[in-house]
Amino acid sequence: MADAIEDHGTSLWKDAWIKLSKNRLALFGLAVLIMLIATSLLTPLIAPYGYETQNLNMGATAPSLQHWLGTDIFGRDMLTRIMYGGRVSLMVGFIATAVALVIGILWGAIAGFFGGRLDAIMMRIVDVLYALPFMIFIILLMVVFGRNILLLFLAIGAVEWLTMARIVRSQVMALRNQEFVEAANSLGLSQWTIIRRHIIPNTLGPVIVYTTLTIPSVMLLEAFLSFLGLGIQPPESSWGLLINYGVETMEEFPWLLIFPGIALSLTLFALNFLGDGLRDALDPRTSKD
Amino acid sequence: MAILEVNGLKVYFHTRNGVVKAVDDVSFSVDRGETLAIVGESGSGKSVTCYSLLDLLPKPPARIEGGTALFDGKDLLACSASEMRQHRCNDIAVIFQDPMTSLNPFLTIGEQLIEPLIYHPDRSQIQTRVEAKRTAVALLDEVGIIDSHARFDCYPHEFSGGMRQRVMIAMALITEPKLLICDEPTTALDVTIQAQILRLIKKLQETRNVAVIFISHDLGVVAGIADKVLVMCDGTIRETGGTDDLFYRTQNEYTKKLLAAIPEGAKTLPHRAKSDEILIEVTHLKTYFRNQLNTNNSEENRYIKAVDDVSLEIARGEILGLVGESGSGKSTLGRSILQLAPTTEGSVKFSGQTLTGLTAKQLVPWRRKMQMIFQDPYASLNPRMTVFETLSEPLLYHGIATWTTIASQVKQLMDDVGLSQAQLRKYPHEFSGGQRQRIAIGRAIATKPEFIIADEPVSALDVTIQAQILDLILELVERHNLTMMFISHDLSVVRYISDRVVIMNRGVIVEQGDTETLWAAPKEAYTKELLAAIPLADPAAERKRIANI
Repeated sequence: MADAIEDHGTSLWKDAWIKLSKNRLALFGLAVLIMLIATSLLTPLIAPYGYETQNLNMGATAPSLQHWLGTDIFGRDMLTRIMYGGRVSLMVGFIATAVALVIGILWGAIAGFFGGRLDAIMMRIVDVLYALPFMIFIILLMVVFGRNILLLFLAIGAVEWLTMARIVRSQVMALRNQEFVEAANSLGLSQWTIIRRHIIPNTLGPVIVYTTLTIPSVMLLEAFLSFLGLGIQPPESSWGLLINYGVETMEEFPWLLIFPGIALSLTLFALNFLGDGLRDALDPRTSKD
Repeated sequence: MAILEVNGLKVYFHTRNGVVKAVDDVSFSVDRGETLAIVGESGSGKSVTCYSLLDLLPKPPARIEGGTALFDGKDLLACSASEMRQHRCNDIAVIFQDPMTSLNPFLTIGEQLIEPLIYHPDRSQIQTRVEAKRTAVALLDEVGIIDSHARFDCYPHEFSGGMRQRVMIAMALITEPKLLICDEPTTALDVTIQAQILRLIKKLQETRNVAVIFISHDLGVVAGIADKVLVMCDGTIRETGGTDDLFYRTQNEYTKKLLAAIPEGAKTLPHRAKSDEILIEVTHLKTYFRNQLNTNNSEENRYIKAVDDVSLEIARGEILGLVGESGSGKSTLGRSILQLAPTTEGSVKFSGQTLTGLTAKQLVPWRRKMQMIFQDPYASLNPRMTVFETLSEPLLYHGIATWTTIASQVKQLMDDVGLSQAQLRKYPHEFSGGQRQRIAIGRAIATKPEFIIADEPVSALDVTIQAQILDLILELVERHNLTMMFISHDLSVVRYISDRVVIMNRGVIVEQGDTETLWAAPKEAYTKELLAAIPLADPAAERKRIANI
């Protein structure tokens, strides 16, 4: 049995992990992301101040020993606000993207694989949702269900999956007629097994690239919605919101823009490194060394 | 005097994994009106040799490391980019392998034909559109395009493969080149079309007195067309000489191996005791596809009749060869029998059980009894699954193996198809074409099927590899007592492997019979034409054959 398990040894995912662990940049990206996520999770315990704690007398001060990243115009500690903001931003980024990823891949794979009338119906639904004005959609949701951060994730995810579905569908349509899919058919494999084992793994390249692009765009979308008053409201914060306020006071208090900006950029860099690494790792055609 | 004289040509590819000597110290010469054939298997450097003369190689990674190529006394390798353009425009033309991709689909063929005349780099030679069109139409006539004046304004997709290759030839000749390089010009074509194109090239060469370099892997084609032959392997010349010398009196081991690998003559294995049991029974099978292009046409044109009323029987233990040209419906028939393509009418019975009309679920137990081997070993394996996963999938899915026995069963399969067990963890791209086809065969026999359809299993492979795979298939058929339908366009291969042959054309069966009986005395005109078009790897016989057509 032990021998058998060892013999089964390698699969795409195991090989991918081995390759990823040899890719320094990707590991660096992964480490940064883990650090950011850990910090966000522990924020209520380790934050130096409360996120609402104001000190109106002090106002905006430059970085100092008490306030490492300075304070904003209400005298609130920027480090604390960035840490709390990271919780919201990362959550929006990952949850909304995960929603988009799951719905988009399944929707696109099913439409592309079965084709015909089912494909036509499924893609027309996508078209209709595309045509729906995004803002009105969100405002409606907010009006009907009340402002709720989870709803915000869902709403963003519900819009972002459309593009994912189209990308996956076009990939799948090209794969569907490949001989290895026909071989799987002639083995009598069920359609779902074929989609899961033969189709989806082969669409991963473009999906990963698109995912690493989606996460930052979702974070910025949240900032935009918050700016319009549809998302997070002060005194709560998110990176997007902090950057928006930072832009207003850029000339007098540049640190209000710079630090949240660095936090966002760091995340994006880390994501891109990791995404590139993943894409290479999941393609067996790139060498193992 | 030789029009082209190549001396000590060296082309190396500088890749991340080291230097690949694609062409290493190659020398040859071609005279006017002479045909030099360069023969070799894939990766032998035959195409690289010719492309380097025209500066058509991607640089990097390619680099010309040495040698000269004197064309009319001027060194092609040393000339500047603009001189090279002059040469390409005036003196040297190329015909590529695939006529489907070497024409621009967005321009009419006329526009593409006259391009070199009206945009000539030498301003004094620029022709007006009217003059250029006159030249082009005359040339289209010469290469055998009927109604050339009207066809001048057609787009490439309106031509068949053979017609496109004729257009390509016209394009190559329009600047009156002194040297014509043909890179496998007939490999993508059907055998009867191939015969026509070869005759055309030969005729044009004689009337125009051009020198031809003919790159090919097919010794039969070479036998008929070449004056001199150059055999290449691994970037070096293995042998060079007159066609007759090379075919009849070669001393070179590699050339002998190539010649020996050509499937020729009758089946070598004895016929097995044919059982009387009918395993596969196809009655009045029809597979129609909706015609996407002509939607508003009559009832008649509404469907493409890929398989039109075909009935045949395959006895247990028999190898049935199914022969036809592209578009004859042979692959669709195979897929219809396996219920991989939806059938329109008629029935398929597998040892008495009717398969047509069964649902996908009902078919599952039958699927493991009939398997398929596909043509393209590069497309038929999932690139993201290791060999182990590919081979274990059917075993586990059909419950033939459990997690405890799977390792030994997969190893057994690897042994069966002649692959080393150390390669189980590799991905398909790490294998050569022949090895990939072995993996695909392993997958097909994994479920211990009774019936296998092999759809052109060797046509994407080099000739020496082809012989090995054919022998492997015969061996497995013998050992596992398989019944097989062997689909191919290559008549020599079919004759080598099959007990009985079915000839298909335009969706219907033209003729069927025992292989040797049919070869000796074909009844139908189409079969005769097909048999007459096979190139023979015997220069004297091949010249006689061409002269007789």
